[in-house]
Order: sequence, then structure tokens, then C-alpha cells
Amino acid sequence: MFENLQDRLNNAFSQLTSRGHLSEADVDSALREVRIALLEADVNFKLVKDFIKRIRERTVGIELSKAITPGQQVVKIVHEELLVTLGEPAKLNLGGGSPHVIMMVGLQGSGKTTTSAKLALHLRKAKYSPLLVAADTRRPAAIEQLAVLGRELNIPVHREDTSISPPQICANAINVAKANAYNVVILDTAGRLQIDETLMGELEEIKTRTSPQEILLVADSMTGQEAVRVSKGFHEKVDVTGLILTKIDGDARGGAAISIRSVTGVPIKFLGVGEKSSDLEVFHPDRLASRILGMGDILSLIEKAEDVIDEEVAERGAKRLMEGNFNLEDFLEQLQQIKKLGSINKVLDMIPGMGKMAQDIPKDEMEKQLKKTQAIINSMTTKERRNSRILNGSRKRRVAKGSGTKVQDINQLLSQFRQMQKMMKQLKNPRARQKMMKMFDGLM
Amino acid sequence: MFKKLFGGKSIKEAFSGQKIKESLTRTRNSFFGQISGLFGGEVIEDDMWEDLESLLIQADVGVETSMQLVETVRDRVQLEGITRPADAQEIFREEMKKLLEGHEESAVEKQRILTVILVVGVNGSGKTTTIAKLASLYKQEGKRVLLAAGDTFRAAAIDQLKIWGERSDTPVIALEPGADPGAVIYDALKSSYARKTDIVLIDTAGRLHTKFNLMKELEKLRGIAAKQVHEAPHETLLVLDATTGQNAISQAVHFKKSVEITGVVLTKLDGTAKGGAVFAIGKELGVPVRFIGTGESMDDLMPFDPEAFVNGLFEDVSISDDEEKEEE
Repeated sequence: MFENLQDRLNNAFSQLTSRGHLSEADVDSALREVRIALLEADVNFKLVKDFIKRIRERTVGIELSKAITPGQQVVKIVHEELLVTLGEPAKLNLGGGSPHVIMMVGLQGSGKTTTSAKLALHLRKAKYSPLLVAADTRRPAAIEQLAVLGRELNIPVHREDTSISPPQICANAINVAKANAYNVVILDTAGRLQIDETLMGELEEIKTRTSPQEILLVADSMTGQEAVRVSKGFHEKVDVTGLILTKIDGDARGGAAISIRSVTGVPIKFLGVGEKSSDLEVFHPDRLASRILGMGDILSLIEKAEDVIDEEVAERGAKRLMEGNFNLEDFLEQLQQIKKLGSINKVLDMIPGMGKMAQDIPKDEMEKQLKKTQAIINSMTTKERRNSRILNGSRKRRVAKGSGTKVQDINQLLSQFRQMQKMMKQLKNPRARQKMMKMFDGLM
Repeated sequence: MFKKLFGGKSIKEAFSGQKIKESLTRTRNSFFGQISGLFGGEVIEDDMWEDLESLLIQADVGVETSMQLVETVRDRVQLEGITRPADAQEIFREEMKKLLEGHEESAVEKQRILTVILVVGVNGSGKTTTIAKLASLYKQEGKRVLLAAGDTFRAAAIDQLKIWGERSDTPVIALEPGADPGAVIYDALKSSYARKTDIVLIDTAGRLHTKFNLMKELEKLRGIAAKQVHEAPHETLLVLDATTGQNAISQAVHFKKSVEITGVVLTKLDGTAKGGAVFAIGKELGVPVRFIGTGESMDDLMPFDPEAFVNGLFEDVSISDDEEKEEE
């Protein structure tokens, strides 16, 4: 649905032939595109206005570079400005006396309980001993939810009956922490609307009674224009000290981060990136900026690849490829590596410029095909994998049966694989290799 | 309660008036109030169109939809030779309604032995709470309702549904946490026949629409319902948080693709959020809003009526909201 801002700007500048400086008219047409991109990313309307003003001041009259296109020049400026707004990532402030108190606040459904558990796990890994506090007495089974998460992670949870007031529960929890030498207390408060005076009053009372070092606003990365009002509401009442942006593993562009940052001025401390308790990440401003501009998240992809892909296996595969000895066994090994990156969908989404292209790729089909290929190779004997030539009719029938496919599927895979082998053999020729590299350059 | 209050009128009729207006007061004052204000002048000025567009964008209607809406209205105003802002407002109102109207009626109303409603959505949108509210609403209509605890993934989601079930005295079919949600649905539908249930509401685990495997699982769950009950699910509701911005459209697209959503429930409208994304969803996908959620208690759910929704938004408002003025 969304084009990449870079493509848009290139388009806007396609008429630009004159060398020298960007004229006001050039800039205006570019800024229209920037404005739309930011609004589509859910950056607050008013902030976009200010933002565009700033970019305009920086852009009008700049000298056109020979090295990069005008579009790239503008994107660079926008990117830089976004970085300034997003600010530096910050660590938790756990100074002062023990136990350190962290209070989690936010709207209903923003992900406070899940994030509380993630944060507790994160802190335990950093050698703290956390205590989780179930202070949401309103939502049915919220206490139980935290208790279950605590049990799973083997992290203690302080809970009381729903008839006890949340400020009282929190105050009691501090005493429990002191008595049991827990050095961090995480208060999971109930979700509430920032305009609900009674409940916001309750938050203030919890704050007064527990003096938290950190008050973290948990916000859904999918939030729209409301982000400003919501964060303003919470910040005015309890002085938020940091932000956690959740559900960033979806496809929201996350412009709300800009809105919340601008309103509160407090740093973004973590991102929630998945449903597992370990899915809490440190915030990288440059990645979020690229994402807001719809420019993919190649850095995250690379990092993930570094994380999950076994270098040795990858190298072994590359070596055998170059030697022309690549067999089905190697192929399977490499496929399994790729699969570790996640679904094809997810991988494609992270590649810059794929935004629009990715829609045209039949990802479900690709996913299915990948599974099928894996099943077929898995059903072969080691001997067959190493030398696919020995696969005769009866062997193929056996493999088809074993993998739940048809003989045609196996023939298709083999013919594709042989073509690939042939291509690889050609790659031994340095000139062909150069040609191939050039082709890749064109794609990037 | 509904029957008693409204003397046998259908819920939809009963709500088309006062209550929707009341519940939307906040939205009205802060946003659409300004829109009415825009049309308050003597002559139509160029600024008006720009301001109108900016207000729509600020209500999460989206750049594209807002621009198109304004353009359509502007063209019509010109074509029809309209000079008074008040008449332009009337056209604007009509065009807004158009985006929300003209969709198929809910299939739930049809007579059948067992009606199956599947409830889906991203994490934290309010599925379980919405199911509790729907159960209460249908029970008040005199229907026999059963809940299927299909969210076996999130910690204590089953307990949450069970507590709601107890409060509204509705049976809940559940297996242990981590169980196959397909098995829960199978059990629930089997037991619905035995209990002569009228409506089964199926809760599902929240999932981001970009998660391939989880969306596949949802397709499978839908398939299980379809196999057990003729033409089920009769309604598949996407629960959408009104606070959500442009991503709402992506959610609707993906969920429609995998499980053919037939309606949207717009939740958390009791805050300051406007949920303007539903206009784009109506325009692009033709998926109507069926209900709106306006609070945490069991009765805070209302059938959605585009006519009343848009009309309510325009009535009796002033632009005295200081904060808003300052923002402009």
C-alpha cells in the first residue's frame, strides 16, 4: 500500500534536470511527499507541520550532490531530523537505594503485563532479583496472567485479593521486597484512559506511596494521531521517565514514537518485538527512523541473520558452491539456515524497497514450496542427497511417498537444482562472476 | 433489559438515537465539533477545504481517504452550485455516510439452528472483553449463548473469559492452557448442539496480522467451524482498537484475506480516540462496522448505525474547546 519515501522523492525529482541548487519549487514538491509519508506513518499532524518547516529550512538552496540523487539528499535530511527527535536510546535508571521501583503505565491493551514480565526477565539476566507486582485488580484474570508468566519464568509475583486497593498492594509489595532482598520491584498497573480522573488519581497515589525511579509508559506502536493526547495525559499526571514501544513486530510504521517522544521528551528505553518473554529489545533510533520512512529494516535483518545463521555452515556452503561440489545435502543445510530467519513474509518485509514489491510476490506459495523442497530432500537417503543421479524411478516413487509429494515434484526440484549447479559451475569463470555481481548491484 | 427498555424494538432501531449521541459526546466536541464550526461561516472559503482535510487526518481517517473525501465534496459543491457552507456540510455528511453504508446486513439475524461468531484481532484490541459484552447482549435478547475459550496461548486468557462467563451466567467451553484451539472449537460446537445453544462466540488468541503461521492457524480454526456447522462462521468480527492509526487498514486487509472478516467491532471509543480508520476500511474493503465498544463494563457495547453515527457527530456542537483551538 505504501511506497517507499525514497521512490516517491525520486519520482518527485524526476523532472529535475538543472544542476546546482534545489529551488523552492523543487523542495515544495518533495516536502509534499515527505508530509504524506510521515502522516501515513501516524506521526501526529501538528508535529508533521513543524517537522516540514524545519526540513524546508535545511533543504532550500542546498547544493546538489553529484554522488547521490536529490531524492537521496532529501531523505538523508529527513532521516537526520527524525533521529534528532527520536533521541538516543537510554538505559533504565536504577540508581538510588534498593529496592528500585519501576512503575508500568498505559492504556488498556498496550501490553503492560506482557512487558512487565519481559522486563523482569531482562533484569534477572542482568543479575538483579526482580519482584513482579500484580496491581491490576480491574481486568478479570489480569493478576492470574502475571502469576502464570511469573511461574513460567520462575520470577516471584506479589499478589493480593482484588478487594485490596492497588496503591495498598504496591506499598505492601515494597515491604515484601525489602524483607526478601528483591532489589527491583515492577508494578504492573491496570490499563486506563488518560482522561479517567479517578483512575489517574489512583496512579498518582501509587506513585506517592512507592516513589518509583522509573515510570515507563507502555505504548502500542500501532497508535495513531491519539498518541499525543494519550502521552500528554499520562505525562502531566505522573511524570513519565521512559517509553516502551510494543508490538513493533507487526507492520506498523511506528510514527507514534515521534509523537510520544516530542510530547514527553523522555527517552525510548525498549521495544517489544514478539510474544515470547525474551522478545524485548534495546531501541535503535536509526532503525526506527528508517521504518517510519517506510525504508525497511535491513539492519535488523542483518543482525538477525548474524544471530541465527551459523557462520561455519554458511561458509561451508559457499565454499562448496564455488568448488562446484554443492549437493542436495548442502542445499538442505542452507535452506534450514534461511528458515531460521523466520517466515519469508517477515524477511521480505525487512528488506528496503520491498514494501510494494513484496505484495506481488506470492509469499504463501513460496513458503509452501520451501516446505515441500525440504520434505523431499528429507525423504532421501544420504547417498541420494550426495549424488542425485542415482535417483531412478523406484527411488523417486519412494521419496514422493515419504514426502507426501508427487514424482513430478521431485523431477522439478532435481531439474532446478541441476540448473543451479550448472550456473554455479559457470561462476568458476571470473568474468561470469563479475557479470553476476554487477547484476546484483543493479538489484540493490 | 433491551427488550424491556425499548418495547420489543430491535436493538438497532432502539439505539439509532439518543444513546449513540451520548456516547460520542467527547468525540463530537473535540473533533467533529470543529468540523461543524468550519461550516459555520457565510461563504465557502478555500481555507475551509484545507482545514477540513487536516481535521480528518487528525481523526486517523488517513491522508488518502481524507483527500478523496474533501475532493468529492468540493466537486459536488461546485457542480451543484452550492454557495452556503451549511449546504456543503450536508453534502459532506452524506459522503461520509456513504463510506460506511451500503454493506450487507449481518448474517447473525437470520434464523438457523446454531449461529457461530468468530472473533479475531491483534493483541490487546479487546477481543475477550468484546465477547463478554456480546454474550450479555445476546442473552438479553433471550438467546442461549455459549463461549469457546479459543485463546489457549496468552497466560490466563481462559480464566479471563471464565470470569466473564460467570458474571453473565454463560457457559464457557475451555481446555487446559496451551491446548489446541481447534480442539476447543470442536468441543464447543459439539456441545452447542447438545445444549441447544443459539449462538456460539469463539474467542481467539490475539495475533499480529503479519505473522504467517498464526494467520494460517486462524484459517484452520475457521475451517474447523465450517466443517462442524453449515455455513459457519456466520459472522467473523475483527476487533479493532479505535486508538489505532493507519495500521488498522493493514489489519483489516490481512484478516479479511485469511478469514473473510464480515464486520468490525470498534473498541475503546470511550477515550479521545476517533477510530477514523473505519472510513478507509469501509471504502477499501467494504467491511462494515457492526458494534462499538464504549467502556469496561458488560453493557458498554452498541450496535453501530452509520446514519446515527454520522448524524450524531454533527449535532449541537460548539467550537469552544480551548485546547483544540490552540492546537490549530
